[in-house]
Amino acid sequence: MPVDRRPWLLLSPALVFITAMVVIPMAFILVYSFYENIDLAVDVPAFQFGNWQELFTDSYYHTAIWKTLRLSLIVTVLAAVLGYIPAYVIAMTKYRHKWLLLLLLILPFWISFIIRTLSWIHIFGNQGALNGLMNLLGLGDLPFQIMYTEFTVIVGFIHVFLPYMILNIYVSLEGIDENLEPAARTLGATPWQAFREVTLPLSLPGLAAGSLLVFVLTGGSYVTPLILGGPSDFLFGNLVYDAVVTELNWPMGATLSFTLLFLLGSVVILYSRLMGMNQLAKAFG
Amino acid sequence: MKPRVWTLLKFYTVLVYGFMFAPIVVVLILAFNSSQFGGFPIEGLSLRWFYKLAENEAIVRALRTSLLLGVLTALIATTLGILASMALVRYQFRGKQWITTFLISPVLVPETVLAVGLLIFLRWLHMPRSFGLLLIGHSIIALPFVVLVVQARLIGIRKDYEEAARSLGASPMQTFFQITLPLLMPAVFAGALFAFTISFDNITATIFWRPSGMETVPTQIFGMLRNSVSPEINALGFVMICITVGLPLLAGGLARYFSRRKV
Repeated sequence: MPVDRRPWLLLSPALVFITAMVVIPMAFILVYSFYENIDLAVDVPAFQFGNWQELFTDSYYHTAIWKTLRLSLIVTVLAAVLGYIPAYVIAMTKYRHKWLLLLLLILPFWISFIIRTLSWIHIFGNQGALNGLMNLLGLGDLPFQIMYTEFTVIVGFIHVFLPYMILNIYVSLEGIDENLEPAARTLGATPWQAFREVTLPLSLPGLAAGSLLVFVLTGGSYVTPLILGGPSDFLFGNLVYDAVVTELNWPMGATLSFTLLFLLGSVVILYSRLMGMNQLAKAFG
Repeated sequence: MKPRVWTLLKFYTVLVYGFMFAPIVVVLILAFNSSQFGGFPIEGLSLRWFYKLAENEAIVRALRTSLLLGVLTALIATTLGILASMALVRYQFRGKQWITTFLISPVLVPETVLAVGLLIFLRWLHMPRSFGLLLIGHSIIALPFVVLVVQARLIGIRKDYEEAARSLGASPMQTFFQITLPLLMPAVFAGALFAFTISFDNITATIFWRPSGMETVPTQIFGMLRNSVSPEINALGFVMICITVGLPLLAGGLARYFSRRKV
C-alpha cells in the first residue's frame, strides 16, 4: 500500500516550526553552555567546562535549586488542599447553574497574569486592604510588613495556579460513575469511608496531574518572586533571568537554562514512571 | 452525605472562589479611585486615571504593539494548528500518537528555558531581538493550545458531510473551504481567541525576547511596578480585563443569541 502523503503535507508546517524553534534551540543551549564568556554580551565558541564547574561548585546555585524545589512543593501541596474540595463540590452539586461555576474557573485564564499577581499588593501592601482593615479596627502598630516576603510569593503562585489544579481534579471526579458511592453505602460503608475508599482513589489521577502541572509551572517561574518577593525570595528561574537579562552572560544563562530543563524534566519523567504516561497525556488533553 | 457537611463544603468552596476573585475585584474598583496613590483608602470616584492613561504615550504604544502581536500570533498559530489538526483527526497514519505528543511538547518546556533557547539560537544565527522573534516565540507558545482546541472540535464533526461533498464531485480543496471550514468556524474562533490571549498576556518569555525600547502591555506594567502600584496601572488593568474577558464573553453571548434565533 502506498504511503499517503497528505497528512504529512498538512503536518509539515507545524512540525518544521517546532523542530526549528524548540527542538534545535533546546539542543543548542547545551552546546552553548560550553562557550566562554569574555565580557558583557561577548562570548567565544569553546569547549570548556568553566560554566558547569561554577554551577557545581558555587553554593549560591545549590541554594537556588533547593529553594525552588521547596517552594514548588509548598505551592503544590497547598493548591491541592485548597483545590480538592471546590472540585468535589462542583462535580457533585445538583445546582442548576453549574456551568457558571465552571466558567468562573476558566475566567482567571483570561485575566492578565501580571494584573492578577500585582493585585496582591493591594491586599497585603502598606496601603493595602488588610492594613486598612487593621487600622479601622484599631489593631497594633501599623503598617504590618507582610508584603515582599516568601508568604506573598506563595499566595501569588497559588492564586495563579489554583484553577489548573481544580480543573484537573474536577475532570477526574466528573468521570467517576455516580452509582459507586451509593453502592459502597449500601454495603455498609460510612459516608467518609465511601469517599476515602471509592471516590478519593478514583480521583487520584486528576490530583496527580494537577499537582505535576502546578509543580512544574511554579518551578519554572521567575516573574512572581520579582513582583511579590523580597531580595532573598528568588527561584532558579531568577538566576537565568539575572544571567541573561542583567549580566548579559549568555553561556552561563544557557548552562542555567539547561539545568532548569533537566531538573524539571527529571521530575516529569520520574512522576510519569510512577503514575503512568497516559494519565499525564490526559492532563494536557 | 449529611446536609451539614455539604453546607460546610459549599461554604469552603465559596471562600476559595472569593480568594480567586477578591484581589481582581479590588483592582477593578481602585481603577476608579480619585486618590493620587494606587492603593486604599478610596477618596472618591473619578475617571481621571483613564484620561491619564489615554494621554500616556508609552502605554498607548505598548497597547498597540500588544494588539498587533496578538492578532498576528493568532493568525499564525491558528493556521498551523488547523492544518495539523486536520491531519491528526482525518487521516490514519503511523506514529500519530508520537506526533500528537510532539506537537504538544512546547507546553512541557518551562517558558523561561524556551525563551532563553530561542533567543540564544537566533542570536547565533545573527537574528537579534526583534518584533519577529516575539512573533515566532508567541506562536510557538500558543500553537499547542490551538491544536488541542481545534482537534477537540474537529473530532465532533462527522466525516459524512465531507464524504457526501466529495461524492457529489467537489474537489478536496472545495470540500475543505465549503464544508469543513464553515463547520469548524467556532473552533477556529476559539483557537484564535485563545492564541490572542496567550500572546497578549505573556510576560515570562516576552521579557527575554523584546528588543530594547519595545514594550508590550505586560512588560510596560512590569517596568512601571518598580516603585509602587500607580493608579494608572489599576486603570490599565481594568482596560485589559475588558479586552481579554469582556470581548470573549460578549462574542460567546452573541453567538448563542444568534444560534438560538436561527432555530
